[in-house]
Amino acid sequence: MSTITDTTKGAVPKKFKSKKLLIYNPNRVAHTLDQLGLGYFSPIARLVGGDEPKKQLREIVSNTFLPLLAFAVFIGIWGICSQFVVSDSTRIPSPAQTWTAWQGMVDFAEAEKIKEIEYYEANEERALKMEAKAKVAEEAGQTDRVERYNGMAEKFRSKVYQGATTFFDQIGISLITVAVGFLVATLLGVPIGILCGVSKRVNIALNPIIQLFKPVSPLAWFPIVFVFTTWGIEQPESTSIWQRALWTSAGVVTLCSIWPTLINTAVGVASVDKDHLNVAKVLKLGWFKRIWKIVLPSSLPLIFTGLRLSIGVGWMVLVASDMMAQNQGLGKFVWDMYQNGDTQSTAQIIIAVFFIGAIGFLLDRIMLVCQRLVTFEEQNI
Amino acid sequence: MSAYFETFNLGKTYKTPKGDAVIVKNFNLKMKKGEFVCVIGHSGCGKSTVLSMVAGLNEMTEGGVILDGNEISGAAPDRGVVFQSPCLLPWMSAWDNVMLGVNQVYYHATRAERNQIVEYYLTAVGLSGSFNKKPDELSGGMRQRVGLARAFALSPKMLLLDEPFGMLDKLTKFELQGVLLELWNREKLTAMMITHDVDESIYLADRVIMMTNGPAAGIGDILEINLPRPRDRQEIMSQEQYYDYREFLLNFLQERADEGKEERSAA
Repeated sequence: MSTITDTTKGAVPKKFKSKKLLIYNPNRVAHTLDQLGLGYFSPIARLVGGDEPKKQLREIVSNTFLPLLAFAVFIGIWGICSQFVVSDSTRIPSPAQTWTAWQGMVDFAEAEKIKEIEYYEANEERALKMEAKAKVAEEAGQTDRVERYNGMAEKFRSKVYQGATTFFDQIGISLITVAVGFLVATLLGVPIGILCGVSKRVNIALNPIIQLFKPVSPLAWFPIVFVFTTWGIEQPESTSIWQRALWTSAGVVTLCSIWPTLINTAVGVASVDKDHLNVAKVLKLGWFKRIWKIVLPSSLPLIFTGLRLSIGVGWMVLVASDMMAQNQGLGKFVWDMYQNGDTQSTAQIIIAVFFIGAIGFLLDRIMLVCQRLVTFEEQNI
Repeated sequence: MSAYFETFNLGKTYKTPKGDAVIVKNFNLKMKKGEFVCVIGHSGCGKSTVLSMVAGLNEMTEGGVILDGNEISGAAPDRGVVFQSPCLLPWMSAWDNVMLGVNQVYYHATRAERNQIVEYYLTAVGLSGSFNKKPDELSGGMRQRVGLARAFALSPKMLLLDEPFGMLDKLTKFELQGVLLELWNREKLTAMMITHDVDESIYLADRVIMMTNGPAAGIGDILEINLPRPRDRQEIMSQEQYYDYREFLLNFLQERADEGKEERSAA
């Protein structure tokens, strides 16, 4: 029974290990794809590996055609609606009209981009001219002129293009707004959640406030956040993206999206396996080390579940808060188009709806991947 | 000779609405340095309670425990515990699980020295190829090997084992008993192990402590195992003595079981 010497044979030389990784393992690739939320591609990966080709083909076909079929039905119903659903000034645009509107939006954005580039090129040209003049003046020894010309060159260079905001700029602003709101919610929610989870007293103290504010609508938070941002944030130049409206909108996102993170963190921290805490006790880990080495890692899966829910809520709330705060994001876009009130604008709103959905889906998938990366397999023997 | 480890009137009582529930009472045990003691008894008799009180994970309500001249209070790394389920931290590799304790005990040692300690013990339990594996990549037996390495790597004054092999299949159990004995032979740690496996206790222990049934469980009898060390399973099983010990222990357990039945039928 000399197991000690026996098992040392189990040591795998490094060379062999790396070779093993190079062999295409369809199941491993499929598993990784599943983990990344790309389950659609896992039968393809298995097919490449030659694993039950018939079954994989069937799966690929059904994974592709069933959703396409449902989508076709949806387009059909939409088309029928566009024939009948009419208000005073606008009607539901047909899928074709919506497509045209989308192309218009892309063209507009491209034209804007070209205008912007031309603007900067023209200014650069002027600046260069001024610098050339400055050089001539320098050679002539006219120091006051040199300074003036250089100053003018500087001025041309620092000019910022103030064209119309395109749909894609607005998506960018929306993403920045939700990122700011979500970041603040995380930075507040996780530590407060840890405190709630560690200390029963803190939990008892904060629980009523959490339960009271959790269900509040973003529309109700808006006026209150507005007072705070008006008081606390100086309105920057109109060219800056860090407008007061952005902070207001981000504040509303924070207030609405902090709760899932906070609650899930508290639950995760409070439900750390007692065995793991016993390990901490036996090793006499200090408070900070206990939190950092045992409590936090063991509650990470739940914290990330909370974060994922939070970003979903945050994105959902964003459109409403952008509308209220008049932040240059997707909400404002929808609102402005609604004010236009013609069929063309309604088509653009439909495009915005698709984008809002797609981006929300993407954000969720990114968080899902993060969540899966931190989730460890539970020990069960 | 004064004892290295001593429990004095150790007891545990829970307050309940129906009055006090006495789990363990007057548990008095003295151990020499380097002695290996197994505690056996029926499940629920309070043997695990004794161990967790000694470990400092469960507060004692009566009596006290002295280890190496000092009274213990609370848990500390001078008593290495091997739990029934290995209790590894699932987000850490085998290496990091052992290192966590080593960092705590050898905080004054250099990084290289600490690495050496972890490597030594993980190799000693037969995991030299699995340093970087996470617990979910290890089998149940391998996890408990890490559990043993973690406890031994603390160089504790005393080793406390709470049915460490209770959840393993018989073959793995035999292997791990071998690993445990080999490590113990090297370090001669004072060890207390809870088990309900009679063969395991004879194979490992210098003395087997038999606990009476609860409530108010205590020490019923003590059996000295005078088998030569280092022990070989085949060899000791060929000795007549082994079967005498075995019969004695089984009789004790059988009597307690009968007593329990009588009490139940009387009530």
